[in-house]
Amino acid sequence: MNFELLIQLIINGLIVGLLYGVVAMCFVLVYKSTQVVNFAQGEFLLIGAWVCWAFLIYAELPFIVGFFLTLFFMAGFGVLLQMIVLRPMIGEPIISVIMITIGLSMFFQSLMKWIFGVDPQSYPQVFETQSFEIYGLNVEVAYLMSTGIALLIMVAFFLFFKYSKHGLAMRATAFDQQVAQSLGISVKSVFAMSWGIAATVSATAGIVIGLVNGVSDSLSVMGIKVFPAVILGGLDSIIGAIVGGLIIGVLENVAEFFDSQYFHIGNMYDIAPFYVLLIILWFKPYGLFGTKDIERI
Amino acid sequence: MSQVAVKKETAKPLLSVNNVEVVYDEVIQVLRGVSLDVPEGEIVTLLGPNGAGKSTTLKAISGLLKTEKGEVTRGDITFMGERIDRKNAEDVVRSGMFQVMEGRRIIEDMTSLENLKLGAYTRNDKHINQDIEMVYNYFPRLKERTGLAGYLSGGEQQMLAIGRALMARPKMICLDEPSMGLSPLLVKEVFEIIGKINRDQGITMLLVEQNANYAIKAADYGYIMESGKIVLDGTKEQLLSNEDVKEFYLGGGNEERKSFKNLKSYKRRKRWL
Repeated sequence: MNFELLIQLIINGLIVGLLYGVVAMCFVLVYKSTQVVNFAQGEFLLIGAWVCWAFLIYAELPFIVGFFLTLFFMAGFGVLLQMIVLRPMIGEPIISVIMITIGLSMFFQSLMKWIFGVDPQSYPQVFETQSFEIYGLNVEVAYLMSTGIALLIMVAFFLFFKYSKHGLAMRATAFDQQVAQSLGISVKSVFAMSWGIAATVSATAGIVIGLVNGVSDSLSVMGIKVFPAVILGGLDSIIGAIVGGLIIGVLENVAEFFDSQYFHIGNMYDIAPFYVLLIILWFKPYGLFGTKDIERI
Repeated sequence: MSQVAVKKETAKPLLSVNNVEVVYDEVIQVLRGVSLDVPEGEIVTLLGPNGAGKSTTLKAISGLLKTEKGEVTRGDITFMGERIDRKNAEDVVRSGMFQVMEGRRIIEDMTSLENLKLGAYTRNDKHINQDIEMVYNYFPRLKERTGLAGYLSGGEQQMLAIGRALMARPKMICLDEPSMGLSPLLVKEVFEIIGKINRDQGITMLLVEQNANYAIKAADYGYIMESGKIVLDGTKEQLLSNEDVKEFYLGGGNEERKSFKNLKSYKRRKRWL
């Protein structure tokens, strides 16, 4: 058995898993505060990555400028999307809202193909060195950056929801909208804010993945990959989202390792998380950290 | 009706509810022309049986009615000289009116400190920490309870709800049944603190209660509501000496009327209108 490869794959899994965790967190954020199951989550990554790519290639901006411009763009994009498309849906049946988000997902995927074409594109070289070695393990700078950014986002989420006025207001709204209103919190702006944050943070993850793998349609697959992570952790738990993301990230890599070494079934990387999801839901229908009375979809 | 018509004529009241009608779901009429005045700096109580429309009156004032598909269809509500009956709940809070909802409604998965901070959501000044200390002075017990607010006792949750209202630095607080589910000893304590806050801070209060005994004694003026109308109003002394109030709300009255033989007369007299 090739232990070195296994360890390398597990570390890769953790790095990717952290990104899954970040995206899953955005998903949970939107679900918790607005009760919307956002099937267009993956498209936030896709749009973010393409927009940043366009800033770098067409406008020839330095990476850091393009990156922050993209974040501003995505914040506005998320807020507007909520205000225009989802605000009229407040109070409508959950199935209608799900249909809307599935529609949004298809729409934006096609829109990106229409604007940027169907071919994958790669980002310009951002880092001078590609990789270096620690204790014989090959560490890519991009991965290191992705881990750093993911951890930074998680810490920022924690601080935001623990100490900031708007974070507290969002938690209050998630707990009880009427009480939130009685405290002077505008539920409408909380809804818009949570979509804005979800779009911005997901776009960050999209750009980070784009730096490593290039931008392509496969980014929106993250939106589907995140489902096992979210449901594993429980639909309404932010901690659960992070743990779920890490588990899925490691799992797909380990599954791929054993498959390539022994079973040769093929394509385990994509399928294994869903098998495990099935098994876990069998024993824990509400996920590992979920609240028992949440609505099933 | 004559008692209602002769309203206390003082300087312009802080809050004035004029002939308000409220309809839920576009068909169910709950308030049928409620009028009441709350003068600045006073405690006014609104009494009445279950379903009389007391909570609905408060929600009409605080704008929370709109979150329950309710609507003010007639009349107007003026607070500090400004119409508030068409305003959103969050704008009413910003204008200085804070409602402590029935059943305390604290955010249970937050700590009491976070709940207090949320009370100050509409404020942008730098004195929030100072005010947290002020709330702890009124309710020293809250300072010791650092865990989640959901684990607080009923009395502590009520104190937290009142403290959270203070954090908004409101001009006026509407309290919906602060005595609900509390032991007699705690009810006494809560009412004492309400009176103290009113005196110290000059915060005007509108107090909806089922516990008429405490509420009338704590208040300067009182209104009694039944089936969506104000049926009686008067000063503390007037209400305490009124025979009907004594019989129906304070559990007193003369022996003759309380006896079983006179049940028929009791039934007949049960409603004023």
